[in-house]
Amino acid sequence: MQAFVKETGLVAPLDRANVDTDQIIPKQFLKRIERTGFGKFLFFDWRYLDDGETPNPEFELNAPRYAGASILVAGKNFGCGSSREHAPWALMDYGFRAIIAPSYADIFYNNCFKNGVLPITISEASVNALLKKAAETPGYTLTVDLETQEVTDSSGFREAFTVDGFRRHCLINGLDDIGLTLQNADNIAVYEANRPSWAAIAG
Amino acid sequence: MKPRTMFEKIWDSHVVVEEPGQPALLYIDLHLVHEVTSPQAFEGLRLAGRPVRRPDLTVATMDHNIPTTDRSLPIVDLISRTQMDTLRSNCKEFGVKLYDLHDSLQGIVHVIGPELGYTRPGQTIVCGDSHTSTHGAFGALAFGIGTSEVEHVLATQCLPQSRPKTMEIRVNGTLAAGVTAKDVVLAIIGKIGTDGATGYAVEYTGEAIRSLSMEGRMTVCNMSIEAGARAGMIAPDEKTIEYVKGRTFAPKGEDWDSAAAYWLTLATDDGAAFDTVVELDGASIAPYVSWGTSPGMVAPITAVVPSPADFADETDRKSVQRALEYMGLTAGMPLQELSLDKVFIGSCTNGRIEDLRAAAAVINGHKVAATVHALVVPGSTTVREQAIAEGLDKIFINAGFDWREAGCSMCLGMNPDILQPGERCASTSNRNFEGRQGKGGRTHLVSPSMAAAAAIAGHLVDIRNWK
Ligand code: SF4
Repeated sequence: MQAFVKETGLVAPLDRANVDTDQIIPKQFLKRIERTGFGKFLFFDWRYLDDGETPNPEFELNAPRYAGASILVAGKNFGCGSSREHAPWALMDYGFRAIIAPSYADIFYNNCFKNGVLPITISEASVNALLKKAAETPGYTLTVDLETQEVTDSSGFREAFTVDGFRRHCLINGLDDIGLTLQNADNIAVYEANRPSWAAIAG
Repeated sequence: MKPRTMFEKIWDSHVVVEEPGQPALLYIDLHLVHEVTSPQAFEGLRLAGRPVRRPDLTVATMDHNIPTTDRSLPIVDLISRTQMDTLRSNCKEFGVKLYDLHDSLQGIVHVIGPELGYTRPGQTIVCGDSHTSTHGAFGALAFGIGTSEVEHVLATQCLPQSRPKTMEIRVNGTLAAGVTAKDVVLAIIGKIGTDGATGYAVEYTGEAIRSLSMEGRMTVCNMSIEAGARAGMIAPDEKTIEYVKGRTFAPKGEDWDSAAAYWLTLATDDGAAFDTVVELDGASIAPYVSWGTSPGMVAPITAVVPSPADFADETDRKSVQRALEYMGLTAGMPLQELSLDKVFIGSCTNGRIEDLRAAAAVINGHKVAATVHALVVPGSTTVREQAIAEGLDKIFINAGFDWREAGCSMCLGMNPDILQPGERCASTSNRNFEGRQGKGGRTHLVSPSMAAAAAIAGHLVDIRNWK
């Protein structure tokens, strides 16, 4: 997995709450059997007009000034709905490395950490301040530092965030957590030996 | 011993190891797999040279992509076909049992797990699908996971998990006639919001919940995720045991006796504390319908479309404004007057035999309105066969419903069953997100009887006044 230590990048504001994973990556793109190449379908139904090709000029992220953004700021409960990991795959493939929102849905949050995308949680008031700054300041950039657990800009904005210590350790080091679990192979075998016989799938 | 909740009992009995400062490593009793969220996981195993640790605890089905029309015809969508072929070859390569497209036991993963006896009380169950919470209806800890976690479970049969908080949602009293499990869960989500249970494992309790059938309990637990919950569960009782007994893969003989005795010890102990408690009065719940683009945007069928101004919070006002524009609605319109283009009866929320019976019961000689295309898609081939044995298929077909093969179908429209832009649909599924049932499609979530009545009337109706 790609590690995440620190990211400085252009900020794209998405001032919407409850952005669900059906919006992040609509179902017609879930048929692919790869993990890559989802970026061009990110926010597809919002991003393109009905022909599926022409960029929708009304959609925030289509503004040329946000091209190349690597930090997405959005409203609360980001990533709700379906468990599709295609959502962080699409965000990552598009170029986003960090997301900033007041809250996330559980499965999405979890999925981000498996893919080197850092979702950070800060207060709604601070998110609103960042949405405003990003909309008003062309070229607005932020730095998200997972080591110091701080998000900062060049004009004095500074806010602390916290990430669970274990997740942070895995993300900073880009660890394969299947490998970590397999270090417990003996414990797993002991657990399995003690499962009651009715726990088997009969038939 | 300190009194424990059901969640705590199941959690504690599945911890393989727990190191300080790290998530607990949980053992997984049952891993359900489908074609959409598994290809990259199997590919990961292949790249790392890892086998599936417990193919005997892993079961796969095809449900999301598959056509619900004549299955003897070739599948025209090549990408869908590739995904199905991929699951087929992965299951073969890794020795995983697959219910293939043409299998007589095929169906939606959350319908076949319980009906084949894979799902039982006290288990930990995962699937790369957010509606895995459905299985919690049996008193299991069941939750949706992402594809990386699917790979993790395939490789290790374990999953590192941080412990969620616990929430009790107690629904007191008796439900009124015409009010179903679907209305109860929509009322709950309307009350606590789509993130109201984020970070929690929910246990549903109270008389109104206890009195639900297993199918009804599955409907409630199914939609736990729409309130953000990690899992939803209901304590096993005699009804649960009765349902599991004799199912194909359920324990047999002595194993059955010990299992059933154990299951009845799982209920939350008297005096055990939940982190949060929410209470609802079941008797005052009306038939519910969604008017917006999230499952929290719901109202009793007797209500009118709300106005953004009704909401105190600025974020909510903006969301409501957007939702009304998308849904083509204006504040103040009575919900019962909204006319429909399509009706969808099916999904893992409401595609079980009891749901089809409830829908068929309101038809009573009526015909589907000329302006409506109404689809009935059973949740599994077993449900479909049972419905045919009961003559329900004839009732639907004679009334002008389109009677289909089993699958997810228009719940998410990955197959050809979709809404066209601007079309309005009464649907028994679980998500009314923008574009969920087709780009520009407008979904109103309802119960099966409300959906069937709406198909006949051509508009949303209050089932309590139906004759
Ligand atoms: S019926 Fe709908 S919600 Fe259920 S598993 Fe299928 S797509 Fe998901």
